[in-house]
Amino acid sequence: MGNINLKKVSKSFGATTIIPEIDLEIEDGEFVVFVGPSGCGKSTLLRLIAGLEDTSAGTISIDGRDVTGEAPAKRRLAMVFQSYALYPHMTVYKNIAFPLKMAGEDAAVIDKKVKDAARVLNLTNYLERRPGQLSGGQRQRVAIGRAIVRQPSAFLFDEPLSNLDAALRGTMRLEISELHHQLKTTMIYVTHDQVEAMTMADKIVVLNAGNIEQVGSPMELYKTPKNIFVAGFIGSPKMNLIDGAPAAKHGATTIGVRPEHLGISTTAGEWKATVGVAEHLGSDTFLHVQAEGVGPLTVRADGELGVRHGDTIYLTPSPAKVHRFGSDGRAM
Amino acid sequence: MARAVSTRRKIGFTVAAWVVALLIFFPILYTIITSFKSETEAIAGFSLVPSGTLESYAEVQAQSNYFKFFLNSVIIAVGSTILALVVAVPAAWSMAFSPTKRTKDILMWMLSTKMMPAVAVLVPIYLIFRDANLLDTRIGLTVMLMLINLPIVVWMLYTYFREIPGEILEAARMDGATLWGEIVYVLTPMAVPGIASTMLLNIILAWNEAFWTIRLTTTNAAPLTAFIASFSSPQGLFWAKLSAASTLAIAPILIMGWFSQRQLVRGLTFGAVK
Ligand SMILES: Nc1ncnc2c1ncn2[C@@H]1O[C@H](COP(=O)(O)OP(=O)(O)OP(=O)(O)O)[C@@H](O)[C@H]1O
Ligand SMILES: [Mg+2]
Repeated sequence: MGNINLKKVSKSFGATTIIPEIDLEIEDGEFVVFVGPSGCGKSTLLRLIAGLEDTSAGTISIDGRDVTGEAPAKRRLAMVFQSYALYPHMTVYKNIAFPLKMAGEDAAVIDKKVKDAARVLNLTNYLERRPGQLSGGQRQRVAIGRAIVRQPSAFLFDEPLSNLDAALRGTMRLEISELHHQLKTTMIYVTHDQVEAMTMADKIVVLNAGNIEQVGSPMELYKTPKNIFVAGFIGSPKMNLIDGAPAAKHGATTIGVRPEHLGISTTAGEWKATVGVAEHLGSDTFLHVQAEGVGPLTVRADGELGVRHGDTIYLTPSPAKVHRFGSDGRAM
Repeated sequence: MARAVSTRRKIGFTVAAWVVALLIFFPILYTIITSFKSETEAIAGFSLVPSGTLESYAEVQAQSNYFKFFLNSVIIAVGSTILALVVAVPAAWSMAFSPTKRTKDILMWMLSTKMMPAVAVLVPIYLIFRDANLLDTRIGLTVMLMLINLPIVVWMLYTYFREIPGEILEAARMDGATLWGEIVYVLTPMAVPGIASTMLLNIILAWNEAFWTIRLTTTNAAPLTAFIASFSSPQGLFWAKLSAASTLAIAPILIMGWFSQRQLVRGLTFGAVK
């Protein structure tokens, strides 16, 4: 079981308030991603749940049990750190075995569990090495191995992939998702990479300056962002946000149109635009254009589209996909 | 071309390093050489080739009991180091792992006590020792040396402990380690190299400490520094005998230093190189 509940949780360091007040419900077995810009309090929130920081106010409960004042060791959670935090003086085997040893399991049980975990994570050949003799991806797997052997009620990940190169990040992302399907254990995953958030999460929590801006499934956030912040943060490339006359035409202070929701024509359309840089990705082309009376826009076009720098094109937003925001920044 | 240049540079650096090392070591080397000369040879002038006589050693041993001084040195150096570690490990530990706003100030204050010349507190300390009946006792000297080296020991340990990443301790806590488990299985193994080099360096410092050891002892508790001093008599210059005494006094620490070179280098660079 891994049902986690936060009620009116706040956190201040001295006089600075990092998290004003948060309520959050995490269901058993969910993959929840905390996403937000750097410094918004994602790690702090995760560490509050872990018990590595004390809350300033509010209560945290796990499976209905109030754990607010409990030590991390008692909460039955496992954490994977950004720096991996492996024990440098222990072999991979001993690193993975450590939580079991602390739980007082006997040697035969430990041996079986460590070897099982090593098999799942492709670490069997590295059990006798020290962390210093492993690659980044292997270290990451050891950190995950150390987390899974104890069968915790939830896993906490703090930007576990940010030290890896792009290719390895993609693979590890899949491995962690696969692990979640196998274990069906609650996972809370912190990242500032919205692609990780979109692809892995059952539920995304968008944080900004210690406040929850919106909670929802990836598609909910993509389709119906509650405000400009979420609209601009979720989706890649970023949503185009347009103020002024074009927005007023839709009866809003600001309108948002995603790059993939702009129709392109060479002859006619709502906005006339001049093509600037075109990024050809093969499958797609991202056009950075300057639209008359609208400003700079990003457009996602077909990979085969043959437009060049300086060409004139016409853009038309799909009416159903235009997001309208009021003067307070909220969706209308 | 480039290769030849870099080889020549390498040779240049090697030669320079040897020259510097020899210059630094020369006083010790010359002391050892002189100890194998006769008194007349010793004052005759500069010579690197001794006759190889052992008469100075024999005379030194006849005049005073080397072994007693040696034993005092061992007891005082090792004893003060252990005492210092007992106090400094918890102190440095708490400063490194749960620092407060005042931690840096406390560290500076501790170090500042080392900036005062020892002679400034000679009289008060002498009087305290006299009134407490600690003059010329091993226990008094052990405590004294522990106190004077304590700031350095705390500083060194603090620097080492600070190198241990906090996330590893947090990981241990998440893995279910109690405070005791954290100390035994994670902190201690990671801290031991630092503690060991601090210990070695402090033994050397205490072994060679001459100001207090000479002033606060007469016979009972006198260590090897006092043994050397007793041969630099005002009645005349006995270079050979003095050298023999010095050689005997530094030999044990030199041998210990040789066998623990790697730890020592780490200690002397204060954890700057990983
Ligand atoms: N121990 C601390 N003392 C004082 N301020 C802190 C402490 N830890 C974090 N903060 C502050 O809290 C804010 C949130 O930090 P946090 O580490 O939670 O951000 P984050 O969202 O994880 O950012 P990133 O994506 O860069 O990791 C930051 O402004 C940081 O400076
Ligand atoms: Mg963070």
